Amino acid sequence: MSLPWLLTLGAFLFSIGVYGVLARRNAVLVLMSIELMLNSVNINFVAFDAWFGASESVGQIFALFVITVAAAEVGVGLAIVLLIFRNRKTINVDEVDLLKW
Amino acid sequence: MSWVEFAIFAFGALTALAAIAVVLSRNVIHAALFLVITLGGVGVIFLLVGAEFIGWVQFLVYVGAIVVLLLFGLMLTRAPIGRDATDNQQRLIAFGAAGVTFAVLTWLIWRTFGGEEIALEQPTRTADIGEALFTNFILPFELVSVLLLAALVGAIVLARRDEGRQK
Repeated sequence: MSLPWLLTLGAFLFSIGVYGVLARRNAVLVLMSIELMLNSVNINFVAFDAWFGASESVGQIFALFVITVAAAEVGVGLAIVLLIFRNRKTINVDEVDLLKW
Repeated sequence: MSWVEFAIFAFGALTALAAIAVVLSRNVIHAALFLVITLGGVGVIFLLVGAEFIGWVQFLVYVGAIVVLLLFGLMLTRAPIGRDATDNQQRLIAFGAAGVTFAVLTWLIWRTFGGEEIALEQPTRTADIGEALFTNFILPFELVSVLLLAALVGAIVLARRDEGRQK
């Protein structure tokens, strides 16, 4: 298996995530795009881990940490989104502009 | 080309197409379901590359937990459907930014790792990962578990209704 193709898949998913974060209005969809970006990082970690072939799979362990942090991020992120929805009746990120003046 | 390589390319293409559908779909529920395909495809690629433990954790945590959480978020916030409701007016700029990111990253990847090959010999044993996790990486492992606990407590505190302050 050639390494650059896997890395290219990671770069592609990351770019899709960048597009989603910039182009989506709904905060939950923005969170989904962030998940895509975190996943592309995991692809890179696992690909480089398989490429190095070290006895201690450091890359996979760090992918595990990334997955854990992603889970924590989604939990807190959705709680904030729910709170914004309860207070402002919208979760469109361009309408939540209290700090923008 | 061995069947493993063929399968990795096939699932990579599927993953990429589903990812495009995630950010272009007009229906927010469809976007979440396409996210299932994307994350599942990445999980299958992990399994094929030999990262068995990460592959199954990917299925459990992402497909099993995070997507369900996102669906709950969509339903609780009564997310509207339609292009104007889901996307803003920066689509062209966003496409430019994403395209430039992808072009630069791909150019750097192929310049640096042009002919490198991954030897797909045998999968990583889960026992090895567990051993490394509980010997050399015990401190980050414990830190991450405290982080997870703090995040879940914080999420509950943020999301629950404040009954004491209601007038």
